[in-house]
Amino acid sequence: MTEKEKVIPIKTNAAKEVLIHGNEAVVEGAIAAGCRFFAGYPITPATEIAEGMSIRLPKIGGTFIQMEDEMASLGSVVGASLAGVKAMTATSGPGFSLMQEILGYACMIEVPCVVVDVMRGGPSTGLPTSPSQGDVMLARWGSHGTHPIIVLAVSTVEDCFDVTVTAFNFSEKFRTPVIVLSDEIVAHTREKVALPSADGVTIVNRIRPTVPAEWFQPYENTPGGVPPMAIYGDGYRYHTTGLIHDSRGFPTDKKEEIKTFYERIHKKISQRFHEIQIVKNFFTEDADIIIIAYGSVARSSLLAAKTARQNGLKVGLLQLVTLFPFPRKAVETVLRQSRAVIVPEMNLGQISREVKRVNAKHSAVITLNRVDSDLITPKEILAKIQEVV
Amino acid sequence: MARGTTVVHQYLRHDAIFPHVWCPGCGNGIVLGALIRAVHHLGYPKDEIVLVSGIGCSSRMPLYVDFNTLHTVHGRALTFATGIKLANSRLRVIVVMGDGDAVAIGGNHFIHAARRNMDLTAIILNNRIYGMTGGQSSPTTPYGMYSTTDPYSHIEPAFDISEMAACAGATFVARSTVYHAQLLQSLMEKAIPKKGFSVVEVITHCHVQFGRANKLGTHIDMMKRQRDQAVPVEKAQTMSPEELKDKIPIGILTDMVRPVYNEEYENLKKRAGLTN
Repeated sequence: MTEKEKVIPIKTNAAKEVLIHGNEAVVEGAIAAGCRFFAGYPITPATEIAEGMSIRLPKIGGTFIQMEDEMASLGSVVGASLAGVKAMTATSGPGFSLMQEILGYACMIEVPCVVVDVMRGGPSTGLPTSPSQGDVMLARWGSHGTHPIIVLAVSTVEDCFDVTVTAFNFSEKFRTPVIVLSDEIVAHTREKVALPSADGVTIVNRIRPTVPAEWFQPYENTPGGVPPMAIYGDGYRYHTTGLIHDSRGFPTDKKEEIKTFYERIHKKISQRFHEIQIVKNFFTEDADIIIIAYGSVARSSLLAAKTARQNGLKVGLLQLVTLFPFPRKAVETVLRQSRAVIVPEMNLGQISREVKRVNAKHSAVITLNRVDSDLITPKEILAKIQEVV
Repeated sequence: MARGTTVVHQYLRHDAIFPHVWCPGCGNGIVLGALIRAVHHLGYPKDEIVLVSGIGCSSRMPLYVDFNTLHTVHGRALTFATGIKLANSRLRVIVVMGDGDAVAIGGNHFIHAARRNMDLTAIILNNRIYGMTGGQSSPTTPYGMYSTTDPYSHIEPAFDISEMAACAGATFVARSTVYHAQLLQSLMEKAIPKKGFSVVEVITHCHVQFGRANKLGTHIDMMKRQRDQAVPVEKAQTMSPEELKDKIPIGILTDMVRPVYNEEYENLKKRAGLTN
């Protein structure tokens, strides 16, 4: 056994408890979900995901490749997915910025893939080894043009496994790239997690066409909006382009076809909001002050809520796992029932804008922001709760 | 109908997407014809071919032909091709790029695909200009020429794409012009089955942009220039740098054997402990 192998001594075919950090749990989740292709470029604090993949994938017949930059990484991930292999890349802010064009391309041609962004302080080189939640709006709107996308956030090491599996399942089910937002704290926190056995993980695979090749329309306007996806070599030769295309995949400038295209790629997500929008409620039932948080800050928030409860305050936490499509219904519910919501974030206000957007004067929306490279502590959140009280 | 044309028509998406976008007299059709005849002659099934391209006039090529076709983003076609080939080694992945696509915005991917010796075939249509956007200079625009962004003449030296490919590690590098269509086809027939990164550089003309800006005449005049400028590689080797000025060496420039990434990775899997 080499030194490196000792780092991740895990087998997914046996349920067991392990002590790993968030980046290692992402690797485990991806492999459990069926990921067999990873391309990446070294960047702190995401590099351990690439390192883990370089150890694990060849053992199970998968492929790891270190590319020349982040654009090349996501390009080859999309290529691998088109050829039928579940694929992922992982990066941090600077690399995620570089990937945006190809992310839009993946949305346009509807290719399942997963991109993990382990957030660090930015802009630019920023704070490479410090946590941040500054990439939330980048994840949603970073690529040019009108496009739907799914963005999920992890707050614990266990989440890193579960959410990565979910990300793959969503990407396959909806034929879309899925972004997993991690941050430096979750990525490098080691904790005990119980990894499920291989058959304990629900896996979704893309639907492939069964019709004769001459009937196949790669971008057919199906009721669900997700047409079956042929893979190269299947015998369904078709065209794929980043140009707006018709149901056969050929470029179009016909207004009716352009409209149909946009409507379909949006409806495939919007029709399934109930499935995609994942939140976790902690003590929210009777709460009149509710914290809305995601990522590692959700963890601080949970402790703050528990402590406030011990002090006799009716405080709850709504943890957002899905950030986009924004879980409006769940947020509206807590806005209606509370007199104040507190939105702590390691940025100067990104998700709080979304909360304010859906708040119809139900509740006071109070922000708590920190961008000095440290995590928002439970104590700070408690102090804010006291202020509100 | 000539026999050659009959073959080509078996591979085109006639009913779907014609007429094409290329200007009358463009060399892109000659390259597509040569590619189709090469694939046909090699006997590869259409299902096994993945034709990938970037952005630009020549990168519209995949649209018109009945293979698995992928029109990607500007400059990064080789990265998509890399993923496809690594995911399914049975596929024969051919990448079509223009000069701007391959060696300006995509220059980094180009040298790294060559360095890795990834098992791909790159066909680069070099017309020395950005045609689709209206005739701006590219990294292969010769010194002293004019373009819409060089109103006072071009002051940069040009890349030699083939030389760069060979230096970066490509195992097969060949050059032709569109005038030499039969040579072009025979070079493709050697490049496509070649294991490793193979490059065919095709010197073509953009009479509409490059030709007009530099008063080079019609497409026929420009093709005659290709005929006159071309010298076989064997002859070029005996010529001095002065004699080679303004000449285009055509033929096979590099043909060697070097470890191929895809095969190296298969060995790596075994070292990592993959059993089956």
